[in-house]
Amino acid sequence: MATPATVHSHAPQGFIRKYIFSLDHKVIGIQYYFLALTAVFIGMLLSLLMRFHMIWPTASLPLFGEIKPETYLALMTMHGTIMVFFVLTTAPQGGFGNYILPIQIGAPDMAFPVLNMLSFWTTFVGFIVIIAAFFVSGGAPLHGWTGYPPLSALPSAGPGQQLGADLWITSIAIFCIASLMGALNFITTTLDLRAKGMTLMRMPLTVWSWFITAILGLLAFGVLLSAGILLLMDRNLGTSFYVPLVVVNGTVMGHKGGSPLLWQHLFWFFGHPEVYIAILPGMGVASQILSTFSRKPIFGYRAMVYAMLSIGFFGFMVWGHHMFMSGMSPYSAFAFSILTMCIGVPSAIKTFNWLGTMWKGHIRFHTPMLYAIGFVSLFVSGGLSGPFLAQPVLDIQLHDTAFVPAHFHLIMGVAAIFGIFAATYYWFPKMFGRMMNETMGRIHFFITLAGTYAIFMPMHYAGMAGQTRRYSQFTEVAYLQKLIPLNTFITYAAFITVAAQFIFVINLFWSMFKGPKASDNPWEATTLEWTTTTPPPHDNFGGKTPVVNHGPYEYGVPGAPKDYVMQTDPATAPTH
Amino acid sequence: MGLALMALIWLITLISTYFFVAKTWWLPAGASAAAAWIDHQFALTYVIMGIVFLAAQLSLGYIVWRYRETPKSPPVQYSHGNTTLEITWTALTAVLFIGLNLMGSSVWASQRFDPAESGAVQVEATGMQFAWYFRYPGPDGKYGATNPKLIDPSSGGEAAVGLNTSDPAAKDDVVTGTMYLPVNREVDLSLRSVDVIHDLFVPSLRFKQDAVPGLNIHMHFKPTQIGEYEIACAELCGLGHYKMHGMVHVVSQEDYDKWLAAREAEKQ
Repeated sequence: MATPATVHSHAPQGFIRKYIFSLDHKVIGIQYYFLALTAVFIGMLLSLLMRFHMIWPTASLPLFGEIKPETYLALMTMHGTIMVFFVLTTAPQGGFGNYILPIQIGAPDMAFPVLNMLSFWTTFVGFIVIIAAFFVSGGAPLHGWTGYPPLSALPSAGPGQQLGADLWITSIAIFCIASLMGALNFITTTLDLRAKGMTLMRMPLTVWSWFITAILGLLAFGVLLSAGILLLMDRNLGTSFYVPLVVVNGTVMGHKGGSPLLWQHLFWFFGHPEVYIAILPGMGVASQILSTFSRKPIFGYRAMVYAMLSIGFFGFMVWGHHMFMSGMSPYSAFAFSILTMCIGVPSAIKTFNWLGTMWKGHIRFHTPMLYAIGFVSLFVSGGLSGPFLAQPVLDIQLHDTAFVPAHFHLIMGVAAIFGIFAATYYWFPKMFGRMMNETMGRIHFFITLAGTYAIFMPMHYAGMAGQTRRYSQFTEVAYLQKLIPLNTFITYAAFITVAAQFIFVINLFWSMFKGPKASDNPWEATTLEWTTTTPPPHDNFGGKTPVVNHGPYEYGVPGAPKDYVMQTDPATAPTH
Repeated sequence: MGLALMALIWLITLISTYFFVAKTWWLPAGASAAAAWIDHQFALTYVIMGIVFLAAQLSLGYIVWRYRETPKSPPVQYSHGNTTLEITWTALTAVLFIGLNLMGSSVWASQRFDPAESGAVQVEATGMQFAWYFRYPGPDGKYGATNPKLIDPSSGGEAAVGLNTSDPAAKDDVVTGTMYLPVNREVDLSLRSVDVIHDLFVPSLRFKQDAVPGLNIHMHFKPTQIGEYEIACAELCGLGHYKMHGMVHVVSQEDYDKWLAAREAEKQ
């Protein structure tokens, strides 16, 4: 197997090369993680301001004053964009993928360390650019994270549609470039740098999930990048890719002949795979943790791999299910609908296998396991609203109602966040050399799981009753006024759930400095990251190269001296 | 810990299910010909998904409690899976999901593949930031020409949709802010937008369709109950999205004729 061209045998000295412009995948992973942590708190604050405004539209807040309808829409746009790109794409893949993947395959670093550093700092620039949109004249754009033209293409279509919208598109374009660099690096590393004996079918399911996610990213982000450049051209160079002849407030705009649906096709060709980019690493983490803490091999390893591959494959053929009401051909809706239902099949296989893994196991309830179980519950709940939305005939009632944010928040939002929490509690000892506090972890878990359901279950009810999305207040439509009490409940639930996240933050930082020291393998797990020291040395294995003799999840092996056989244990151990 | 987790998962599952079953919040009563079919497909999906939801969540809760590690736990079952089981549940899910989908497809086809019946009431809906205008072609059955340059939203009515009043076909066109429809007649609706994408959503009529600038989208539906139904815009269209509200008045044929005649008379 090859080794990365720029791996140094000695760790760099000096603060800047060691911690800021580091080439070490472990430092870069932690950088990505803290970027996502910053982003998630900003994103959550925005959602609280939104929930507050929906219930008390004329109330005045200290520091913010009264939130106007256009400010609400700006908060919503930025919440969605920051969460999808800078949290759900950044933490699971850029953060944990970067830190763990090379160690789990027995590599000293990523294949292209310099590219890895570049992709992080490019992501960072993208984040600064999107935050800047808040502070320019007119403020942040109000066109939603999906940015449908002509609204997003016309500076005169609303406040925030001037410089704020340009910064929004620019930030996304920068993010796309960074993700493309990252994707290439992940794919090359997985294919090229595996240790001796680490065959594809011995890779941990986390590695499979990051690998498949990287392939999706490589195919999806390029399309979004091109689409974004075309949108910038429509806005600034007078082209008409997306804008036909339109009249805004009595003024004829200078565009002609463009197609608003073209953007929707390009955007969702990226946007649907993006859902899987957010959730696949969570599936990998859940599989890893459920097996470790059930002390049992994963049920149906191969089926899990094939299910992830087919989710990734079908993920590129279903983008049109976001467009059933768009004016797209109703015949194509038919095809998109059937293909979408097909994705339900591998998703169901995964759920069965997770239950099968725990079945007749020895379940240990450490915090990572609680989050992995929570992940399965949320994945089921969020997944089962999918077959409603996948049917065009039901979309007549449900499209663009609160049913849709209820569905995707459960599955790609909170389930993915549960994956991140599970991964944090699981790998924190390896990353920082100390254990996190279990009591705080459990309290955090119980409030978060109950709170999540209290927020998002009622949104399904509101959506069935016809509550339209992206309404800053419910005062103007009679039937929506009746839904205000339900929404008030959701707002209170959101406040409590967000408050509970401070338990996590306190636990994270307290444990980083004060937690009890972690051993090399505190969870008695089997994969390669647990064979090296805690935290791992600069080249991951201290000059040695691991040799892999076993599959990734050998727990409860009859006849073995311990209840687990590590991947590097001698080949004589009795595994299948 | 296993018991607490099972309790929480079961509690969440049962409370969520209670509100679905009690229909505390539910689809508004349907008032169009398609409503019964759509609601039937909705109910079918809802029952099937509800059963899967209950089965999956309750067994998840049970398993985490039942197989918690105790000093007395028997050795774990060392198993890498079971191919027969994998094939069985793959096949079952595939049949269930795809079958469900096919059952709903005929409703979709009748809604969107076929054109409106002949003799349908002609109405054109035009969306703009942040209002709907409805145009009736008048006795000649032909819509007059419109011109983007003539659009003047501040004047409302005909000027808002840019009606070219010098076109003979435009002479008898009626433009209003409220949609009037006769009951039990098929409606042939053309949807247009002059600026950004809007969406005409009438929950009670089970009607939803984007209005896209540059496209003229033909839809058809048949209101079956007299009443007043709210329109809410269902595609983000700018800062006034939340107040882009309208009304559909479904009236008897007689009242509809009277209403239309009065509007025509106003024009003269």
